[in-house]
Amino acid sequence: MEKLVNDFSFGLFFWQAIIFVVLVLLLVKFAWKPIMTAITEREAGIAGALAAAEAARKEMQNLQADNQRILQEARAERDAMIKEAREIKEKMIVDAKTEAQLQGEKMIEQAKASIESEKNAAMAELKNQVSTLSVEIAEKILKTQLSDSAAQTNLVEKMLDDVKLN
Amino acid sequence: MVFSTKLIKNTITALFAVFPLLCTANVSDETQSGHPETEAHAAENAHSETHEPADKKSQIKAFINHHLQDSHDFIFFSDEETGKHYGFSLPVILIDNGVKFFSASEFEHGEKIVEAGGEHYALYHDKIYKTDAQGTLTFDEHHHPTNAMPLDMSITKNVMAMLITALIMFLLFTGLAKSYKKGPIPTGMGRILEPLVLFIRDEVAIPNIGKDKYRKFMGYLLTVFFFILILNLFGLTPLGINVTGNIAITACLALITYFITQFSANKDYWKHIFWMPDVPVLMKIALIPIEILGTLTKPFALMIRLYANISAGHIVVMSLIGLIFVFKNWIAGPSFFGLTLFISIIEILVAFLQAFVFTMLSSLFIGMAVQEHHHEEDHDAHTEEEPIII
Repeated sequence: MEKLVNDFSFGLFFWQAIIFVVLVLLLVKFAWKPIMTAITEREAGIAGALAAAEAARKEMQNLQADNQRILQEARAERDAMIKEAREIKEKMIVDAKTEAQLQGEKMIEQAKASIESEKNAAMAELKNQVSTLSVEIAEKILKTQLSDSAAQTNLVEKMLDDVKLN
Repeated sequence: MVFSTKLIKNTITALFAVFPLLCTANVSDETQSGHPETEAHAAENAHSETHEPADKKSQIKAFINHHLQDSHDFIFFSDEETGKHYGFSLPVILIDNGVKFFSASEFEHGEKIVEAGGEHYALYHDKIYKTDAQGTLTFDEHHHPTNAMPLDMSITKNVMAMLITALIMFLLFTGLAKSYKKGPIPTGMGRILEPLVLFIRDEVAIPNIGKDKYRKFMGYLLTVFFFILILNLFGLTPLGINVTGNIAITACLALITYFITQFSANKDYWKHIFWMPDVPVLMKIALIPIEILGTLTKPFALMIRLYANISAGHIVVMSLIGLIFVFKNWIAGPSFFGLTLFISIIEILVAFLQAFVFTMLSSLFIGMAVQEHHHEEDHDAHTEEEPIII
């Protein structure tokens, strides 16, 4: 202990205090502050970059999920559209078929009707012609048969007989 | 830790370890070269060879003692045969009826009396005493001079070493600060310094002081760490300086820690000192002096720990080298050389360790003074977080 006290040099203590305090002040101003600031900033930058990377990764994931979803939706939509188109096609075919059938039937009906009316008209004309012809024939026959008076009297009598009979 | 690192590191460590060896071996060499003279002296006095080793031992002891002390000259080595010293003298500043300023070379290594401003001064064992024109020194029974001592404010070897260290630190760290302007990652020396700075921040300051308050104390902690570290490492170089193994230096550093602790302390800290909560009133009163003493023992422990560790390291390394010259044979030489090498490597570890421990404990004391004691109920949980001082 005595040696410790003996060894203690006030001058050294004094200079040490001055040098050290000045050194601390100088270093704080010119070294520690810029160093600590730079390190802190760099660390914040690294942390920020990591967070940004993480966020980008998440966003990417979201985007991928979105893409997947959109793709899925598009696929479903396409499927629906195809299905719809097929349905429409089938319906159109069916419709066309029915329509054609109806139209055909209608046409047949019309044809039938016109045929009937034509036939009726033809029949009427035929009847007329036949009656005219018959009258003419009868006329001719009568003309020939009733050319003499005997024949005419005969006929009258005969007709009268018929009437009597009736 | 040191031994398990890479080859390059080991090589550097070994290189560092050899430095003090080379230097001290150099000086011890002269101790040896000075030996014929001593032998002649011994022969004159006692006509016996038995005195010679004892004389050598005391010579080594004196040399080690001299090394541990501060000095007014920066001597790299000296030739005892011719009495020539190689080095340079430093300015002496005395405050004794005004400021007296002269070069230490005027003492001619303690051989001359210097007359300055009507007063006479003598250099004895690296200390300056007031004396008369004849240079009379009176001694007490412990062989200590009883002459009055002027207030010695000289730029001594240690002050010089501190100035150089301060300059080195300033250049290194302003360089590191500048390197951040070029890019986020430092280059060159900064690559080594930055991890140390981060280590102090992440392993010392933040765990002990807390994330909210550590920033304010970083300047002191970083400065004190690198200051002690560089001076410790300087102590292992052939320059033969012993700054951190000087009680005045460690006292100053410990005192600064003490002041920082006291001035940054919060209300809780003072409350725990002067009116300890949760104890009976009588105990509160009894605890006051204990707690006050407790605040003083902390920096005192800091002071003694650093001083003792570094001084002991220097003494052990130099004694082991001295033993080579005491035994002076082919078995002792290489084996003591190996042992010195080993201890020197340990000393590198100690240099880092003591710088770390000083910073660690400083931050711990500051942390204890600024920490918030929230409530008594979470006191138990709180104490678990606190680091344990061994």
